[in-house]
Amino acid sequence: MGRYILKRLGLAILTLLLLSLIVFLAGQVLPGNPGRLILGNFASQRSVDILNRQLGLDHPVLLQYWEWATRIMHGNFGRSYQFQAPVISFLFPAAGRSLKLASLAFVIVVPLSILGGVVAALNRGRTVDRIISTIGLSLSTLPEFVSGIVLIVVFAIELKILPVSANAPPGSGVLIQLRYLLLPAIPLVLVLFGYIARIARAGTVEALESDYVRTATLKGLRRRTVIVRHMLRNSMLPTMTVVATQTGYLIGGLVVTETLFNYPGLGRLIYNAAVAKDFPMLEAGVLVIGVVYLTATLLADLLATFLNPRVRLQGFE
Amino acid sequence: MSGTGDEEPGGLGRLGRAAVDSPTAVDPLLTLILPVDHGHGAVLGSSAKQVRRQQLGLLLRSRTFLVGAAILLLWIVCAIFGGMFRPYDPLAVNLFTTNAPPSGVHLFGTDSLGRDVLSRAIIGSREILFVAPSSAALGTIFGTVMGLVQGYYRGLVDMITGRIIEAYLALPLVIAAFVFIVALGPSILTLVLVISITFGFLISRTVRTAVLLERDLDYVAAARLQGEGAMHNMFVEILPNVMGPIIVEFTVRLGYAIFLVATLSFLGFGVSPPTPDWGADIAANYQYLVAGYWWETLFPALAIASLITAINLMGDSIETVVIQ
Repeated sequence: MGRYILKRLGLAILTLLLLSLIVFLAGQVLPGNPGRLILGNFASQRSVDILNRQLGLDHPVLLQYWEWATRIMHGNFGRSYQFQAPVISFLFPAAGRSLKLASLAFVIVVPLSILGGVVAALNRGRTVDRIISTIGLSLSTLPEFVSGIVLIVVFAIELKILPVSANAPPGSGVLIQLRYLLLPAIPLVLVLFGYIARIARAGTVEALESDYVRTATLKGLRRRTVIVRHMLRNSMLPTMTVVATQTGYLIGGLVVTETLFNYPGLGRLIYNAAVAKDFPMLEAGVLVIGVVYLTATLLADLLATFLNPRVRLQGFE
Repeated sequence: MSGTGDEEPGGLGRLGRAAVDSPTAVDPLLTLILPVDHGHGAVLGSSAKQVRRQQLGLLLRSRTFLVGAAILLLWIVCAIFGGMFRPYDPLAVNLFTTNAPPSGVHLFGTDSLGRDVLSRAIIGSREILFVAPSSAALGTIFGTVMGLVQGYYRGLVDMITGRIIEAYLALPLVIAAFVFIVALGPSILTLVLVISITFGFLISRTVRTAVLLERDLDYVAAARLQGEGAMHNMFVEILPNVMGPIIVEFTVRLGYAIFLVATLSFLGFGVSPPTPDWGADIAANYQYLVAGYWWETLFPALAIASLITAINLMGDSIETVVIQ
């Protein structure tokens, strides 16, 4: 078991290294002339050259990567071009705000979509199943800003029951903040619902056809008991792994909803950095997202192995 | 997900050991689109052409497919011939009729510059209908070649590319797109490039898994014994037998490509402003939602939604037919 965990961890670290290399190449090497970017169009060629040398851009690429990576390992993400201040002072407050929004979306979508998937599976082939599957799949392919706009029009402008902006007045309590975050969270929920429900449905269908569910039913257990105690346990395993892989979609969605609702989270920070060609900020944000995604998938993997007695007891490959 | 055993409920079991032991994690969604057995028997028994014709017949009798195709066709006609029947010039600014609500004169109203929303919606399909299908097609070709090579050669090639792909896919597509757009400069070409590369990586995983299931079957072994080269084995022997998942991948990705192009043009990385474009028009007008001018945003949003629905309807029926 320990060996398996170590192996998974090692692979995750390797992936992270490769990711950082990709980000480095895209952020530091492809664009060519950071000195010009920092100093702007009116600086003299001489000062641009001097700055480029100060930034170590005359070194070989691999050495540059090494310098860049060690700097980041020490927590030094560099200075933002657009704000002329350390990137780190913007990064974490923004990430915290995104975490709030993302958590709200997850808290809504996970139980809802699992319920949807299980209900669809229990009514397999009937109208309920078709409705849940079709609606879920259609909604999951609708861009967040499209559903967001429809929601704003209906709930904020016509019915006036929810605020248009995501930003609660400073100093408001948790409930008020939740009220403000609800509308931005729903587009994220809609995008994720279809996928998670689909996997939950597939897991449940497979469990329903299994021998142990048949045995439990033939033993005379009540349907409720069979579903809750025997079936859900098994069908939830693949679902959890999918929930973790969906963090990627969620973060991509954050960029859009945060822009639409003017919410200063990580997604908007990265978007603004991209628009302003603020490479240090962009790289830092992208790396944080990569780390979050890799951690989430790693945890889901490990959790799935812990919870599956067949794997736990057998040991690993 | 690798290493969780192949009897896990939820579909991983279908892929068999080879896939589960791989260094690259397998997206469980893939297991839903990968057919259990895409019918070598059928292909060997009757000719592949006949199967294709049967599938086409089934599609043309499916109501969902026809509805989707009709909507798609409508937008294609708008993109190509829209210039002939649009009611107004989509670029004509009229500062006397700004933000006019829908009426008999302007069916969908006018935007903040007094431009006709309906005319812009008709012409606004052009970019998305070019960029999305071409990036999905390029991505499918790229992913197919890569998946064939990875699955056929396995070993070191597979491991190294697998790790690079995994690292790249740790970034949400929108974010990866930002990085490349900023690094290479925003243009339609960058958009096609970044979407097709990412799709290629995603599709290569499906193709690779399918190839792994095929490569040790008798017909490939027979070809190898006949002294056929790797190229022949990959493209002539294996490729026709993994076409099912590839077609399904293409249709699924096409829907997602539209999602992405719309999103990226909403974020300002598509065509530049005066050119009509659904995503860009929404970005330009959504600030006026609060003032109650919903039509200039809602109609392009519904246009995007209808296009995506059309692709989904078609994709669903294609998936059903291919898996049958």
